[in-house]
Amino acid sequence: MKNSFADRLFLSLIYALLILMAFVMLYPFWNSIVISFNAGSDTTLGGITFWPRQFTLENYSVVFQDKRLMTGFLISVLRTVIGTVLSIVCTAVFAYGMSKKQLMGRKWYMILCIVTMYFSGGLIPSFLINRELGLMDSFWVMIVPNIISVWNMIIFRTFFLELPEGLEESAKIDGCGHWGTFFKIVVPISGPVIATLSLFSAVWHWNDWFTASIYITSEHFLPIQTLLQQILSSNIMSEQMMQTNAAARSHMSQLQSVTTKSLTMSTMLVATIPILLVYPFLQKYFTKGVMIGSIKE
Amino acid sequence: MKKSISSAPLAGNRHSFWVRFAKQLDLQLMVIPAMILILMFSYLPMYGVLMAFQDYDIFKGFLHSPWVGLKHFRTFFEAPEFWTVMRNTFVISVLRLLIGFPAPILLALILNEVIHLRFKRIIQTVSYLPHFLSWVIVSGFVASMLATDNGSLNMLLQKLHLIGEPVNFLSIPGYFWAILIGTGVWKEIGFSAIVYLAAIAGINPEIYEAASMDGANRLKKMWYITLPGISGVITIFMILAVGDILSAGFEDILLLAKNPVLQDVSDVIDTYVYRVGIRNSLFSYAAAVGLFKSGISVILLTAANMMARKLGRSLW
Repeated sequence: MKNSFADRLFLSLIYALLILMAFVMLYPFWNSIVISFNAGSDTTLGGITFWPRQFTLENYSVVFQDKRLMTGFLISVLRTVIGTVLSIVCTAVFAYGMSKKQLMGRKWYMILCIVTMYFSGGLIPSFLINRELGLMDSFWVMIVPNIISVWNMIIFRTFFLELPEGLEESAKIDGCGHWGTFFKIVVPISGPVIATLSLFSAVWHWNDWFTASIYITSEHFLPIQTLLQQILSSNIMSEQMMQTNAAARSHMSQLQSVTTKSLTMSTMLVATIPILLVYPFLQKYFTKGVMIGSIKE
Repeated sequence: MKKSISSAPLAGNRHSFWVRFAKQLDLQLMVIPAMILILMFSYLPMYGVLMAFQDYDIFKGFLHSPWVGLKHFRTFFEAPEFWTVMRNTFVISVLRLLIGFPAPILLALILNEVIHLRFKRIIQTVSYLPHFLSWVIVSGFVASMLATDNGSLNMLLQKLHLIGEPVNFLSIPGYFWAILIGTGVWKEIGFSAIVYLAAIAGINPEIYEAASMDGANRLKKMWYITLPGISGVITIFMILAVGDILSAGFEDILLLAKNPVLQDVSDVIDTYVYRVGIRNSLFSYAAAVGLFKSGISVILLTAANMMARKLGRSLW
């Protein structure tokens, strides 16, 4: 196939555009990494772009020694692991039950599920109900309300419905009940769908800052994303004060040494590391997941 | 399960219902606990929405708070914030439809033209990445890029002599919509393009060959074959996006519009509910505003879904 002049021009334009886009995507990461390795007092002088001017590891050592941040990191890990495992196991069992044609009331259960995809009580009633259920200021508020995902149930169910029936027949002959069949036969061959939905769930748990910000007041339960959100807010606030009030400026500049921009950046990157670590898997399974969600109906 | 055809008396039927139920108890136990959780965390709040017609009192609870009818709805419609909130919701949603919606389609179209597969894969890998970051991190990036203190954008503009003094972009209302929409595109463009790329992959390659024979160049093929080839998918996503027009954003707005100066341009229905409900504890009033939104949304979404269904696809 010969490339005409118009085609070559068109292609170069496209390549240039894509390279520009990739740069815009990556630059904020790179710049943040650079700032996080630059001495905090030096960053304030400005001009840090592609390379650190005063290289230091101190920002990271401060973050890793900060008890509050490390507790937050641990809480994030705990809620992600517990939340994901509970949610995937319970939702998969639920979906397996829902995939059985002999399940009595199957139609009614399904209608009850689908209604929740259209209607919800909204933020305020949910907030007050969770509060009356005693979930205020509890670690479990980040886990229990999100155990069952109707959306994931439907994806699991579609997958289970497509399994060949013969598979389960043999288990039944061996005397397995539904639970036995599920854990011995169905789970081992459902690897891809379990992996995909687990990743969805884990990323959601890791990134969720909002739940903790409205339900949890005591600091030792706050996940790192919520802590980070508070740090970023207070930074913006202090920047405003510095601009509006010259008298506050000298006062603030002393406080500023607590969370310099460099320190904030290193905190942000520490909170992002887990995502970057699983990113290769994410890429592989998420693209599949999107297809499950949108094409398979 | 098929009902037994035998003409057993009614009592016998009822009896057999429980017998059958007991027989499949292990199966029921897979479903019932999950249904209880759904009732607790989805249906109880739906019932709790009734508080929009009450003067909810924390100490009296849902059952004993006094009923006040439509008072809170009236207050909202007459509140000075009503028009600001509605305007922002619509403007931001429409901007998202005009800019945020076509952006991933454009990306999919031009990615499809790339001949070097390795290059294509690298670009895709890079473009998905922001999707997996939390809004907290993304808002931190935005704040850092736009900061007056060592913000890269200000440094660039100063180098180009476009501005003298650094501009504090995140505290000037005029810039907010652009920042919000731009950040949204940055975060989601790559990931949203996946569906369109998949649709493009489904186009019959023979059509392209035929067009090449007729001497069509790449741009023409993109315009006359690829784009029409995915128009079905585009239409469906468009309908669903229109159905969701009252959700103009939540986390992104909360995190990007921290400066109270921005409230006039950043307050949308969802963030308003959060502010008056959670921050100011006006529970019943906020629930009424939320109910107003979900009432209209349900109608829009159902209509959108019915239209999408007619075109061959649905939400579930």
